[in-house]
Parts: sequence; structure tokens; C-alpha cells
Amino acid sequence: MSQETANPLFDTASTGHLPTSKTDLFISFSILALQGFGGVLAVVQRELVEKKRWLTRDEFLEDWAVAQILPGPNVVNLSLMIGDRYFGFAGALAALAGMLAFPLVIVLVLAALMGGVSDSALVQGALRGMGAVAAGLIAATGIKLIGALRGNPLGVPVCWTLAVLSFIAIAFLRWPLVAVLFGMGSLACAWAYRQLGLDRESGDAA
Amino acid sequence: MNMAFTGADWLALLAHFLSLSLLAIGGAITTAPAMHGYLVDEKAWLTDSQFTSSIALAQAAPGPNVLFIALLGWNVGMNAGGGIQAGPQAWWMALAGVGIAMVGILLPSTTLTFAAARWGHRNREMRAVRAFKQGMAPIVIALLVATGWILASSAGNPLEHWRPWLLTAVTTVVVWRTKVHMLWLLGTGAVLGALGVL
Repeated sequence: MSQETANPLFDTASTGHLPTSKTDLFISFSILALQGFGGVLAVVQRELVEKKRWLTRDEFLEDWAVAQILPGPNVVNLSLMIGDRYFGFAGALAALAGMLAFPLVIVLVLAALMGGVSDSALVQGALRGMGAVAAGLIAATGIKLIGALRGNPLGVPVCWTLAVLSFIAIAFLRWPLVAVLFGMGSLACAWAYRQLGLDRESGDAA
Repeated sequence: MNMAFTGADWLALLAHFLSLSLLAIGGAITTAPAMHGYLVDEKAWLTDSQFTSSIALAQAAPGPNVLFIALLGWNVGMNAGGGIQAGPQAWWMALAGVGIAMVGILLPSTTLTFAAARWGHRNREMRAVRAFKQGMAPIVIALLVATGWILASSAGNPLEHWRPWLLTAVTTVVVWRTKVHMLWLLGTGAVLGALGVL
């Protein structure tokens, strides 16, 4: 990706691609929500960053950090933030409605139709298979975002240390998410705060 | 399941979801144990299997996993209305349950997110805001990969159950490296699973 720049100040430069209307927001979010079997995040990243380019990878990662740390469903928070960014409160509602409306109808119809079907070995097997794939979708989304850490003021070694420790804490030690977000998170943010200050000083000196 | 469901019960249901909304850091699913304790154990508005299958169904269906809350509300309303055989009245109760559950779980958290994200965007050049976003980046990435790991772990020990793990690993590489549409991959997973290969 040649348009990337090492200067973190310019990482958030907009891509120049925007949703055209609130209807566009609603339809786009509906389409991506309907593709999100076993979680929507992987689809959001691919559709909004790679295809539509409403967000750069860095913007996506920043928004995702906010959506993750605030309470509530992450992808719902994310759709709200993106909708608000482009069309204000109405845009936030349009994106939120897109994210929820059709999937809600589908899940209710399924619930009404197949009370007991989900016990069959066939359906159980299919769900297990989709679960294994969904795990890969999420992991790959994380791996694809690693490139966005270049130019992070934390520096590459610190980024990797924090990432590996957080991974071990969640995946192997099974620490609660909140502990990792706030524990590791406050360390990381404090360090980033310090580094940004140093950058500013050296910037002033130059 | 038959039970008398009063206005006070609807309010209690709403209050329950409202109270959990701001605790749901990392998604509504993190508060599932508290919901189970209240809806199934304490109030007996739901059976254990209704609770578990609501989560499984929402995860299998397209869309955000928070929709399991809608299904919980649906089942509570349906039970309160006398079950699916009771006819239209039960359906209306079920829909009311959906509305109450979703409004309860979403209203506080979306309001907070809306306000916080606006503030953060307006102040995006502020050093503390930039430090937050840049500092959280490596942790958020690690969380995604770890979530994939945990989801894969539900298949069991990787040495014993290597097939689903292999499927997860192959999916990871394919999604990372290619532009293959995700629905093809999910479809492949569903077929392999249904055939009993996994």
C-alpha cells in the first residue's frame, strides 16, 4: 500500500470515498449485516475499508478501539459512529437501523419456524463448521490490521509486546476482557501519551 | 410454560436490560451469565434450553450477535402469552418482549457511545485522545486474534480435534491473503460440518 505514510499525524487522512446519502448508509449497513454470519466485524472491515473505502485502515482501527472500550455491542457502536460522522444523528440512526432491521426479522422468523430443528445432528454439524470458519474470519481481521501499527508512536517493539501479552492474557490465561482492556490499555495509553509528547518536542526543535 | 405476566413484570424486564447495558463492555454476550441468573434461575421466565438456543441461533444467523437479546425477549413474551399454540396474543406478547429487550440493552450504551464518539472526534487532535486511540491499537488487534482463538477452542483440544482447527487456520490464511467472499467460506464450513467431516 504505497499511499501509506509513516507520520502518525497524517494517518487519519480521509480516503475521499463517502456514503452518498442516509439511504446509502442504511442499505450498505443492511447488506453487510446480512453477510455477517458468526459476527459482523470481519465483513465491516472488508466492505467499508477494502471495498467502499469509506475509512482507511487506520481510521477503522481507531474507531474500533472506541467501539470496543465503550459498553454495548461493538459493531452496533461502530455503525452508530460511522453514520454520525457522515450524516449526524440521522445518519447514526440510519446505520444502526441498517445493522439491526433485516437481521432482526430473519432471526425472529427462524426462531418462530424452527423451534426444535436446531437439535438435529445435521444442523449441529453445520453450525460447528460455520463456527470454525467464523473463528478464522475474526482472527484474519486482526492479522490484517497489524499493518496499521507501522507509524504508531508506541514503536514497533512496544506494540508487539503489548499485543502478545494481551493475546496470552485473553486466549491462554482467560483473563476477563475488561481487565485486559483497562489494565494493558492504561499502560499502553500512558506510554503513547508520553511518546506523543516526545514527538511534539522533537518536532518543535526541528 | 404458563405464567401470569403483569405490567410490573414488563417493567422489571426493561429495568433488567437497562441495568446491564452499561456493563456490557466487549458486547452484550459478556452479560449473559447475569441474564441467565435473572431470567432463568430467579424469575423462571425462560427455560435453560430456550436461553442457550437463543444464543446459538443468533450466532448462526446473519447480523450482530446482540440479536440473542431480541430472542430472549421473544421467548419471554411468548412464554408469557401462553406459548406458540396460544395464537395471536402470544405473538404480540413476543414482539413486545423483543422491543423491550432491545430498547433496554441498547438505549444506554448507544447514547453513551454517541456522546463519547462525538466528543472524541471533535477533540481528535488532543494529545490524550490520540494517545488513547494509538495506545489501544495493538491491544485491540490482539483481542481480535484472541477472540478467533477462543472461538476455535470451542472445538476442543487442537491435537485431538485437529480438523475444525485446521479449517479455522485455513480460513484465517485465505481471508488474510485473498479476496474470496466470506459467504463461500461459511458455506464450505457448513457443508463440511453437516457431512460430519469435522
